[in-house]
Amino acid sequence: MSFYGLVDGTDTSLKNYLGSLSGVDQVGADARAAMLATRSIKTTSKRWAIDMAISMVDLTTLEGADTVGKVQALCTKAVRPDPTDLTVPSVGAVCVYNDMVATARKHLDLVGGQHVGVAAVSTAFPSGRASMPVKLRDTRDALDAGASEIDMVIDRGAFLSGHYIDVFNEIVAIKELCGTRAHLKVIFETGELVTYDNVRKASFLAMAAGADFIKTSTGKIAPAATAPVVLVMLEAVRDFYSMTQQRIGVKPAGGIRNTKDAIKQLVLVNETAGPEWLTPSLFRIGASALLNDLLMQRMKMDTGYYASPAYVTID
Amino acid sequence: MSNRIDVKKTYKLFINGVFPRTESGRTYEVKSAKGSFIANPCLASRKDLKDAVVAARAAHHGWNKATAYNKGQILYRLAEMLEGRRAQFVDEIIAVTGATKAKAEKEVSESVDRLVWYAGWSDKISSLSGALNPVAGPYYNFTIPESMGVVAAIAPETPSLLGLIDVIAPIIVSGNTLVVLASSKAPLSAMSFAEVIATSDVPAGVINILTGMKDEIAPWMASHMDIDGFDITGLATKKHAEIRTSGAENLKRIFAFKSHDPARILAFMEAKTVWHPIGL
Amino acid sequence: METPVSFDYASAPESRAIVSIKPKYGHFIAGKFVAGSKHFPTINPATEEVLSHIALAGKAEVDAAVKAARKAYTTTWSKMSGKERGKYLFRIARIMQERAREFAVLETLDNGKPIRESRDVDIPLAAAHFFYHAGWADKLEFAGLGTSTKPHGVAGQIIPWNFPLLMLAWKVAPALATGNTVVLKPAESTSLTALLFAEVCQQAELPAGVVNIVTGDGSTGALIVNHPGIDKIAFTGSTEVGKIIARAVASTPKSVTLELGGKAANIIFDDAAIDEAVEGIVNGIFFNQGHVCCAGSRLILQENVADEVLEKLKVRMAKIRVGDPMDKNTDVGAINSKEQLAKIIELTAAGDAEGAQRWSAPCELPSKGFWFAPTIFTGVTQAHRIAREEIFGPVLSVLTFRTPQEAIDKANNTPFGLSAGVWSEKGSRILWATQQLRAGVVWANTFNKFDPTSPFGGYKESGWGREGGRHGLSAYLKGVGHE
Repeated sequence: MSFYGLVDGTDTSLKNYLGSLSGVDQVGADARAAMLATRSIKTTSKRWAIDMAISMVDLTTLEGADTVGKVQALCTKAVRPDPTDLTVPSVGAVCVYNDMVATARKHLDLVGGQHVGVAAVSTAFPSGRASMPVKLRDTRDALDAGASEIDMVIDRGAFLSGHYIDVFNEIVAIKELCGTRAHLKVIFETGELVTYDNVRKASFLAMAAGADFIKTSTGKIAPAATAPVVLVMLEAVRDFYSMTQQRIGVKPAGGIRNTKDAIKQLVLVNETAGPEWLTPSLFRIGASALLNDLLMQRMKMDTGYYASPAYVTID
Repeated sequence: MSNRIDVKKTYKLFINGVFPRTESGRTYEVKSAKGSFIANPCLASRKDLKDAVVAARAAHHGWNKATAYNKGQILYRLAEMLEGRRAQFVDEIIAVTGATKAKAEKEVSESVDRLVWYAGWSDKISSLSGALNPVAGPYYNFTIPESMGVVAAIAPETPSLLGLIDVIAPIIVSGNTLVVLASSKAPLSAMSFAEVIATSDVPAGVINILTGMKDEIAPWMASHMDIDGFDITGLATKKHAEIRTSGAENLKRIFAFKSHDPARILAFMEAKTVWHPIGL
Repeated sequence: METPVSFDYASAPESRAIVSIKPKYGHFIAGKFVAGSKHFPTINPATEEVLSHIALAGKAEVDAAVKAARKAYTTTWSKMSGKERGKYLFRIARIMQERAREFAVLETLDNGKPIRESRDVDIPLAAAHFFYHAGWADKLEFAGLGTSTKPHGVAGQIIPWNFPLLMLAWKVAPALATGNTVVLKPAESTSLTALLFAEVCQQAELPAGVVNIVTGDGSTGALIVNHPGIDKIAFTGSTEVGKIIARAVASTPKSVTLELGGKAANIIFDDAAIDEAVEGIVNGIFFNQGHVCCAGSRLILQENVADEVLEKLKVRMAKIRVGDPMDKNTDVGAINSKEQLAKIIELTAAGDAEGAQRWSAPCELPSKGFWFAPTIFTGVTQAHRIAREEIFGPVLSVLTFRTPQEAIDKANNTPFGLSAGVWSEKGSRILWATQQLRAGVVWANTFNKFDPTSPFGGYKESGWGREGGRHGLSAYLKGVGHE
């Protein structure tokens, strides 16, 4: 493994790499995110942003009560969010627990969604508290069932107690399993990491270890994907590109409930990492309720009047 | 000549931004100065006090963190709302205390102005009581005054509105949250003032108002281990010693005051002094 | 790799409908709008459209205004309790908040600054100044300035064009709170929000003559400065004019406070939080088109991170949106006047001539109006004109340093002393630097932050006195602080 030449795989090398990162001033980061949130995106830009956001949604169901029926309904919606308007794009992917991957893949193919991937959460999601063999098996099951994306969680206990090399090695191992079969998203659970310095560190650690995407949260706790956290991660992928010429994706998940929130995310991407990241292959939004709000806003823009939830489907 | 029947108000407690009845189900009678029936306000119990303290504690973090500007604007809003409804307060003071119209008007006007006065303190008190201390060494040393937490208070019997405001405003302007027992004989001003609070963007739980008897409630305030300060201005001097004895259990900061003064604000603040080295 | 899309924000204009500008204005004297004469046009610097015509006050109008202020002081304002005075100021604050959008749009049209700035910074701060000072009116005995302070009487106040309404608030609020009455002259290119403020005074039922607004140019200002009926002068503007005023009143008993120019150093240490520091640099010099007395116009970079910071700065600058100030997405608006643009061009040409390297953010500038692209000059040293003279535009001069002491020495090596910035994640270093810097306002890990409670003003040739906070009150009280 080359790790882009940034680290050599040893604890010392990793600590030096992480130690050389500049810090993040929380008040300054909050202020920058707040300023970008004042951007007024209207008319043609808004219409474009809505469709882009829809295509970036990882439509998600991660409940203990998930059933085959629930997952099938989600998959149909993912392919054709509005059956009465086929100009609405499909979402970026469907995101489920790994014992639902086979169901999802089968049903997507059944309804004409061959182009929609299945992302599986992995490594003892959401807590990350299990042994390494269990985490590896978890991932292998998902891959075998047809997942084309793996959303793993990092071991926050290891991170917060300073055992960065353990966090690193887990990512390396999962990445190795993914090989060319799936892209790997690494979830930080930023609400547990708390400081922006930690988010920056986790970002650079994950990217050096081979992450294809860095992801904010599991969506199971708050705070999840706040604007300043996404800003810090976008700055990290931007800097990483300067260092390595590799573009790593970013996925905020949790707390993005309506069109306004989604558009704010796109503005953050646009003015931080840059327009090159405005594509589902480099930016995803983990959400469930968001999709219907995007559809209602899309309807309003096309008809001129405010929409009602009765006109969008539930999944 | 129509004989319209008016709709009489039910007076309840004000806890956590809403108006619950006392959990004890008890009331007491308030009569007008002339002896006719006016209302049955709640006779608050120690459990109501307990609930109010829980609400006040929960509200403290957010209220304390609000900017001084925001707190000042909210107190000024209280003044705006009170001014807008002055007639109601004038009538209640006259009805309950038998005061003349002129005296009642004067009390309401002073109450509005007093709120404005305290509103203007929110963003000035720390400039006056904070300090940069010139310690003998390469350190920045600064003293930061801040609120102490949950403060209980006994409002004076009279004046029923102005006395209440002189208790409430200085306690909350610095960021404390409050549970206050209103005047027993003339509680209506307090309960109507709760309506003003409810319409002034004061966050729920910052101000909680109970009506009832001092002798019943004060000792429970004094012994409550989650109350940080206690304003006993409304308590008879002969009761002070026993209250102070009880309050010593968690070293409550206990004060009684004679008039409006920035000292009333400072009394319920703590001072935190911070050292930080100066060097390369 | 797919072709990158581009997320061009569609135009998002704020509506002009909320303001109604008269074709011409007079003055506001003794509580009434009175006709003026010798009108001159006032334009929108983003489009060169004539917005209205402003009157040029001469001796007669200035006399009338001073007389009205004196009468109001003697018969009403000095007799009124602080409690009642304060309530007028609270009313004014609340009405300004109510009419905030109207003020913001008018300010942007008249000044050229982005609507986002007027809306989110200028107008809210102006209202906050009135709110803060309203509360001092009846608490002066607690301000630590003595218990028997007295106002001067009539204050003559002359304000600049860069933050028209905010500068009015910084002057009028403390003056009134302390019991003075005022004659205020707004800048000739930006008088409209001051005239709208006069309407607010009427709505607040402020007693006639407490606030008087006379419009005009430098000649009007000189009439005010030299008027024997004025007890106290407050001026914000260039150092050059500040000195003229100081000389003019030297042999009079008039009290003077001055808030003048600056050439602030913004020091970046190698252990700064780099992304936030870059934001701070951008905010420090490009906020308000660089028309800021306390702008961070000299970037003093630790040499070992200079390349990294400059690269990030250029990337960030390329994202600055320069254009129509009424568009909600505009970051940098128009230069306030043809004259100011000419000054900026002249000084930047000097930068080129003296061998500094110019780099400007690539942006499309509108064809009408006055515009200057955000620009940095690298390879600048203390001996360059662009390191010493205030440009008052979106132009940053970049210098480097090796040791902390060198940074401080360079920062202090200027006749100005208004503000400074320092960026480091190390607390002790921040506090060491703040201790060494000879500047009236020091921003650590931030820049261009203002608050009515925070005293503002400069050392050395950046002026006399402070505005805001407890310290700012002393300017308007007799026998305290400065004469």
